[in-house]
Amino acid sequence: MMNERPLLLSARDVGRVYRLPRKSLFGPRAERHALTGVNLDVHEGDTVGIVGESGSGKSTLARILLGLDRATTGTVTYRGRPVEPGHPREQRWFRRDVQIVFQDPLSSLDPRLTVADTIAEPLVGLQVDGSHDERVREVLTAVGIDPATRDRYPHEFSGGQQQRIAIARAIAPNPDVLVADEPVSALDVSVRAQILDLLGHLVDQFHLSLVMVSHDLGVIHSLCERVIVLHQGVVAEAGPTATVFAKPTDAYTRRLLAAVPRLAE
Amino acid sequence: MTEFHARATDPGSLLAVNDLTVAFGDNVVVDHVTFSIERGERLAIIGESGSGKTLTALSIIGLVPEAATVSGRVTFDGQELIGRRDRELSKLRGEAIAMVFQNPQTSLNPLMRVGKQIAEPLRRHHGMHRSAAAKAAVQLCARVGLPEPASAARAFPHQLSGGQRQRIGIAMALACRPALLIADEPTTALDVTVQAEVLAVLAELIATDTTSLLFITHDVALVPLVADDVLVMRNGAIVESGDVSAIIAAPSHPYTSELLAAARKTALPPDPATDRAAMAAVPPGRR
Repeated sequence: MMNERPLLLSARDVGRVYRLPRKSLFGPRAERHALTGVNLDVHEGDTVGIVGESGSGKSTLARILLGLDRATTGTVTYRGRPVEPGHPREQRWFRRDVQIVFQDPLSSLDPRLTVADTIAEPLVGLQVDGSHDERVREVLTAVGIDPATRDRYPHEFSGGQQQRIAIARAIAPNPDVLVADEPVSALDVSVRAQILDLLGHLVDQFHLSLVMVSHDLGVIHSLCERVIVLHQGVVAEAGPTATVFAKPTDAYTRRLLAAVPRLAE
Repeated sequence: MTEFHARATDPGSLLAVNDLTVAFGDNVVVDHVTFSIERGERLAIIGESGSGKTLTALSIIGLVPEAATVSGRVTFDGQELIGRRDRELSKLRGEAIAMVFQNPQTSLNPLMRVGKQIAEPLRRHHGMHRSAAAKAAVQLCARVGLPEPASAARAFPHQLSGGQRQRIGIAMALACRPALLIADEPTTALDVTVQAEVLAVLAELIATDTTSLLFITHDVALVPLVADDVLVMRNGAIVESGDVSAIIAAPSHPYTSELLAAARKTALPPDPATDRAAMAAVPPGRR
């Protein structure tokens, strides 16, 4: 695919094999192929969805893209430099540029840190220059949380607000890429729509590239221009979301789309 | 709403819930809820977290936490259920009223073969002999579409997939041919392809047995697939009720409109070509 915009994250032929516990004292250990031969390019300004059911390898792929897990085969690069697990200090260049939002906001926020400290902590760790106070106010406003609540603790907020705080923390270091792993799965449907709207706005406002992992095809459809469908660790289908969802060519993608309950207008 | 009041007092209803209120101290979580279910009717309760949908269902079968105070009337097949002793209710539970829970992993006993768990209500309520109940359990495994029913019945829960475990949950609930099945988010923990299969099995079985259904869900898109009528709950109260397709086409309460708008935002656009046909075409029992 031709693309003029610079290439940010790139996975080439990525595979991940887990060795299973020994079942017998003799003989080889069994292996599970969580991912096989996955290619994915994220250019500047891209919104890419990784969709799949449980066991499809979508979370493993996200972890490898983030340098939280090591690919058994293949390579991941960010702006041409290899990404792999290592000492936090050596990854600082990467961590500033690529940030993550997790599924469950309450477990991803430290209960003992105030909102302001939660958001400022990565700024300190990543040695981001400038006034952290100012940045905290900016990003809280951007995610629709009143900056006056900056000294409160996570449990004082609703689930949707907690996810907004987690998003504020992720965008605070001014990243180029936001990886969101099931960011709305734990939320009620009305809150879910609001958070998806917010993510869409932030992508525009801060010129973010978005990689979103989800089991929910509707969520991917609402926010991602491109999609890859994972099935048993292999890319079943990839392409523009509108095309893949309207005219799926792969048998599994067709079965997946057919199983999604739809609402009449 | 008036229609529901009128129906609830009809002595012919299978289940009539009148002014049901559940409170924890001063905190009212189910607020004067009134509705009824006729024989063979399929009713869904839709609501977000904290709407009181699950507690409404649990208070029908007397499974609310002890700290809760329950008032109002719940009449099942002409008998009043509120205030009955637990021993009397437990005779009803699993026989006339059965329940399928959200997470089959926690509702099944991990140390017991699933066949024995399906046979349990048959032995307990119908006084069936062990070997006859075991045979019936295998037949039930076949009814819920498990590919090898005899070996499935011998399995322990952890040896089965999530979809298979929920099929076992359905087999167990339908073992005694209950008049009313309460299903509380039965497919929320399942993958979407498995959800389609499990819902198809559930819909088919309750149609064959003319079992009435109370289906509780947060997912509006599932409601047309399993129910004829729907109650929309919010903060413990029913805000709107009526025919499913009528409410989806033209909601009258602002909250229902809001819920539908939010659901449509995160749903795939309707696809009439694949919709129902594809649901029906899903191969049974593969997972």
